[in-house]
Amino acid sequence: MHKILRYPLQALNYTLFMLLVWYFSAAPPYAQLQPDQAVITVAFSHAGERREECRQLSREELEKLPPNMRAPMDCPRERSPVKVQLLLDGELLLEEVARAPGLYSDLGVDIYRTAKVPAGKHTLSVQMNDNMRVEGPTYTHEQTVTLEPAQLLVVNFNSETGSFIIQ
Amino acid sequence: MYTVSKRVNPVKRMYLLLEEWFTLSFGADWNPLYHLGTLTFFFFWVVLISGLYLFIFFDTSIAGAYASVEHMTHQQWYAGGVMRSLHRYASDAAVVTILLHMFREFALDRYRGFRWWSWLTGVPTLWFVITLGITGYWLVWDELGLYVAVLSSQLMDSLPVMSGSMARDFLAGQLTDRLFTLMGFLHLLGQPILLIFAVWLHVKRLSHVEVSAPRGLAVGSLLALLVLSLLAPATSHAPAELSKVPAVLHLDWFYLNVYPLLDQWPATRVWMLTTSVTLLLMLMPWLPPKKTGPAAEVHLDECNGCGQCAEDCPFDAISVQARSDDSRWENEVVVNPEQCAACGICVGSCHSSNPFRHAKKTLETGIDMPQFPIDEVRARTVAALDELSGDTRIMLFGCDNAADIDSLRSPDVAVLSLFCTGMIPPTLVEYAHRHGADGVFITGCRTGDCYFRLGNRWLDQRFAGRRKPALRQRAQRDRIRVYRAAETDTARLRRELAAFQRDMAALKQEASVPGTRGEAEIADA
Ligand code: HEM
Ligand code: SF4
Ligand code: SF4
Repeated sequence: MHKILRYPLQALNYTLFMLLVWYFSAAPPYAQLQPDQAVITVAFSHAGERREECRQLSREELEKLPPNMRAPMDCPRERSPVKVQLLLDGELLLEEVARAPGLYSDLGVDIYRTAKVPAGKHTLSVQMNDNMRVEGPTYTHEQTVTLEPAQLLVVNFNSETGSFIIQ
Repeated sequence: MYTVSKRVNPVKRMYLLLEEWFTLSFGADWNPLYHLGTLTFFFFWVVLISGLYLFIFFDTSIAGAYASVEHMTHQQWYAGGVMRSLHRYASDAAVVTILLHMFREFALDRYRGFRWWSWLTGVPTLWFVITLGITGYWLVWDELGLYVAVLSSQLMDSLPVMSGSMARDFLAGQLTDRLFTLMGFLHLLGQPILLIFAVWLHVKRLSHVEVSAPRGLAVGSLLALLVLSLLAPATSHAPAELSKVPAVLHLDWFYLNVYPLLDQWPATRVWMLTTSVTLLLMLMPWLPPKKTGPAAEVHLDECNGCGQCAEDCPFDAISVQARSDDSRWENEVVVNPEQCAACGICVGSCHSSNPFRHAKKTLETGIDMPQFPIDEVRARTVAALDELSGDTRIMLFGCDNAADIDSLRSPDVAVLSLFCTGMIPPTLVEYAHRHGADGVFITGCRTGDCYFRLGNRWLDQRFAGRRKPALRQRAQRDRIRVYRAAETDTARLRRELAAFQRDMAALKQEASVPGTRGEAEIADA
């Protein structure tokens, strides 16, 4: 083909190339949320209670142990899993059961869960069980929240005070 | 219009059609599909230079980043804004050329066998590019940057190596600043260095790797990027707010395509998918593997250590070292069989491959292919020519990786397929003339391309007298034709061959006095 005729074809190719680049550099738009949705994220770390209670060792038991390991209390290191439930207007929204990590299941758990909810006024209740020896929740919290569209509400837990913080 | 050989698979056929379209538009020299590596380098240059400009005005603190980018985009649209757009669009264009580059190597089956290294190292290189783009979007610190940051933290959290929760600390505002600084460091320094290293590894087993795109393509691409940057400048989303989740995001799908998956799947599953795809891609050279023939062998008796073969080897498989025998020559060459592609190009490079030598005994050369030695090439050329019964006799040389030439065999046309036409020592052409060929017709991979990278280029340079061993001045160039054709170009090849036959018949008639043509004594080289 004659060289001059090639230039319009080249222009066409460059145009197609740039259209491709331009389009996919910002489109199609991705709708993470519907216009009337908000997000609730449950995010905290917490160490569950020990699975078994510490126990006073008897004299005979203590004598069986090597002298350098004779601690009067036997505390198994394993911790209970942490179970969290989030209820929105009485309905279950999120549930997570997190096993204690670590070689001896003795570390704290990290909870990070997200849910999309309709914006507006809601009753939010959180229930947590961190002790296998107890039936039912060990911590609960209920609060009324008003969510703006696109708002991010974080449900946090302070292990020291034993209280949930919703903000 | 074309008779398409049935063996050509649909992917390859699709690729060859695309290639044809680009040759039509750009000519073979500028066909962008032949320059995807250098085009990618070119886009990297644009990214680097525009990036340096952005860096001057960019505020690397989390508090000031967004405003500084906004300032460039709006108050300084004619410079900073254009630079920002060039930075973004050239990065996107690079992904397009890399994907095309992968598609090409795949479609042409150039990813297995001796090419395993290039393919294997290419895959992580692609990931380095993608992650470089991801940190880039993070640094804008708009809603998109926040989105990228939050989801990346979730991805990191799901890895067993991390203790604690990045995503949580991030939301609590504890990590936000520190991560931002880390991303700045990665994007501006760490990742580019890693990428350069990865690309260096990627082309390590190749020689004569071009780094600059042909000027025509560079100018055209830069103009196109500039026009796009002026017509559709890159912009930001609203500024990042930790207490908000942006409803609609204008994702750059070239870089951020994995993130929406995190909406549907847990992070561990996203990792599993991306890891499996990556592993699968990396294993492709062995699914199934492709055998490479035996490596070239050096025959020191015929080698004077000139180093031409080492210079020509496309796969950097030959090295020159001090002589190990007691000959008078200073150097010798050694083939690294691990890296040898069995292309035979070195055989064409060696002046000892001259078929006029050792006329009565086995033709030995300095470097040879054990599975198809030059002596056999010579013998089969002669045998094929001897079988011809037509009036105008054509010797047709082709290669195993382009148009199938077997179907072109006829009483007038003798064919011999080689590993690569770069395997042809120019003296072989003269030799064929001497042994009764009225014309020598050479075909092979399409002009601008070569299955073994450099065979076509070296053949052209040898014939033009610009590369050793050069076709001699006295060779009858009017009785040589080079016309290159892919598997799907057989009809065109057939037409071109017929035209050449007519031309040779006419030449023969012109030179009606017998014995005046091509009979000059040709001395040993
Ligand atoms: C940053 C991205 C990349 C750049 C800049 C790049 C660049 C190059 C260059 C310059 C060559 C040499 C071409 C030649 O001179 O013949 C090449 C060859 C090759 N590349 Fe890449 N490449 C990139 C990514 C990839 C990827 C992602 C893959 C595949 C997974 C890949 C697979 C190959 C293969 C198979 C070859 C063939 C080598 C040969 O011809 O023997 N590359 N690349
Ligand atoms: S056959 Fe090809 S790859 Fe092997 S040494 Fe010769 S030129 Fe190099
Ligand atoms: S081209 Fe031939 S003579 Fe020269 S170094 Fe290679 S093998 Fe030896």
